[in-house]
Amino acid sequence: MQDFSQAFRLAFELVFSADADLLEIIVLSLRVSLTAVAIACVIGLPLGAAIAMGRFRGRNATIILLNALMGLPPVVVGLLVYLMLSNAGPLGWMQLLYTPMAMIVAQTVLITPIVAALSREVIEQLHNEYAEQFRSLCVPTSKAIRALLWDGRYSLLTVLLAGFGRAVAEVGAVIIVGGNIDHLTRVMTTAIALETSKGDLGLALALGLVLLVLALSVNAAVMALRLTATRHAYA
Amino acid sequence: MPTPEEAAGLVIEPPVTTSVPPGQGVVHGLAYDAGGRRLLDGIDLDIQAEKFTVIMGPNGAGKSLFLRLLHGLIEPSAGSIHWGGKSLDDQVRRQQSLVFQRPVLLRRSVAANLEFVLNLRGRVDPAAVRAILRHVGLEAQAGQPARLLSGGEQQRLALARALALKPRVLFLDEPTASLDPASTAAIERLVGEANQRGTTVVFVTHDGGQARRLADEVIFLHRGRLLEQTPATRFFDRPTSSEAADYLAGRLVF
Repeated sequence: MQDFSQAFRLAFELVFSADADLLEIIVLSLRVSLTAVAIACVIGLPLGAAIAMGRFRGRNATIILLNALMGLPPVVVGLLVYLMLSNAGPLGWMQLLYTPMAMIVAQTVLITPIVAALSREVIEQLHNEYAEQFRSLCVPTSKAIRALLWDGRYSLLTVLLAGFGRAVAEVGAVIIVGGNIDHLTRVMTTAIALETSKGDLGLALALGLVLLVLALSVNAAVMALRLTATRHAYA
Repeated sequence: MPTPEEAAGLVIEPPVTTSVPPGQGVVHGLAYDAGGRRLLDGIDLDIQAEKFTVIMGPNGAGKSLFLRLLHGLIEPSAGSIHWGGKSLDDQVRRQQSLVFQRPVLLRRSVAANLEFVLNLRGRVDPAAVRAILRHVGLEAQAGQPARLLSGGEQQRLALARALALKPRVLFLDEPTASLDPASTAAIERLVGEANQRGTTVVFVTHDGGQARRLADEVIFLHRGRLLEQTPATRFFDRPTSSEAADYLAGRLVF
């Protein structure tokens, strides 16, 4: 019990003293996950919109596949990205393995289906509501997509937060492609795994606290967005 | 001094002289099937340009469906529709507007809803937006979210949005069905003014009083078939079909 209380004390000390190692790990985690979310948005939002508005052969199969991909196991994604980026793989020449960029790629692969599938649902619901009016007004497809993305902005922001939550909390993919190298590819989740296995519970707990605060903040932001949307009758 | 309509930019340019005015509709042999059933059948009629045509009929007669076909929102199973002598395409539809029974408003402010449609046809002039909103009595609500407006205000905004496009033909699908008398009167006034300015109006309603007030001509549909197309005064005084007579008398029509 004394070990636990010491660990908690150490954790709080690290957090409140803004320990340099701790900050470095947090900053890298946020940089990797936020970049992955940004790339996933660039790919996932137009993909979701295209599937929501398009009527093509194999649409239902595409939706089923996309929904299934939301549950991709991070270790499998890590393994696949590792195979692609390793020296023997097709993208080995880029020499990205064990760099933050490799971690960004892995997290992007992991969360793009989440962003695409959830945004497809949001946009399709809105499209069903607007479709006849847009057809009556002869709204061009590009303007219709922009209008749907803008009018669905509050719901889509919650989609992005869901993607960020998934990215920042996963460990399996980034530890395989990043290697958990100190001062280079060590992020919060991989550091927690390592420090726990070493028995250094203080740093692990400190990082765990930061992750918990992040998770709480993300959920609070989702709730605040929903309330704002309802208050402004945009929901 | 410009008239209020001129200030709001709602005055329609006179049409380029052609043999058929753009607001004139010709429907020939129109039929529509869905779910293995024929919902509209053998409809032949002309809709006179710049007139106020009211479509009446009991529930399930196919009025709203007919309106959607006239505007080209759905494709007929058979027959043809021409406006101004042209087949229905996007170019023709851009000269038309439709107001739905339940207004579909964007999740934006009142002014932004109007700007969206004006932007589709060219540059948005904020002064024109204000003038149109003033014309329909919504200037004070310009910055409010459109979905927080009352039912009557939402329908006025939907009508303002439709009129902002300066349509040659204005379709309205029971636009006052759920509105109070004051809101109904406001909608009727705005639609009547548009008609006076030369817009062909095709208006679906169940309200006999409203049809009497507004209509130049009445189209009566029953079970997907056209039973009457007559001047309004004759329709209300001497309907030729027993179904129309029963409908006007408030008797159930089967």
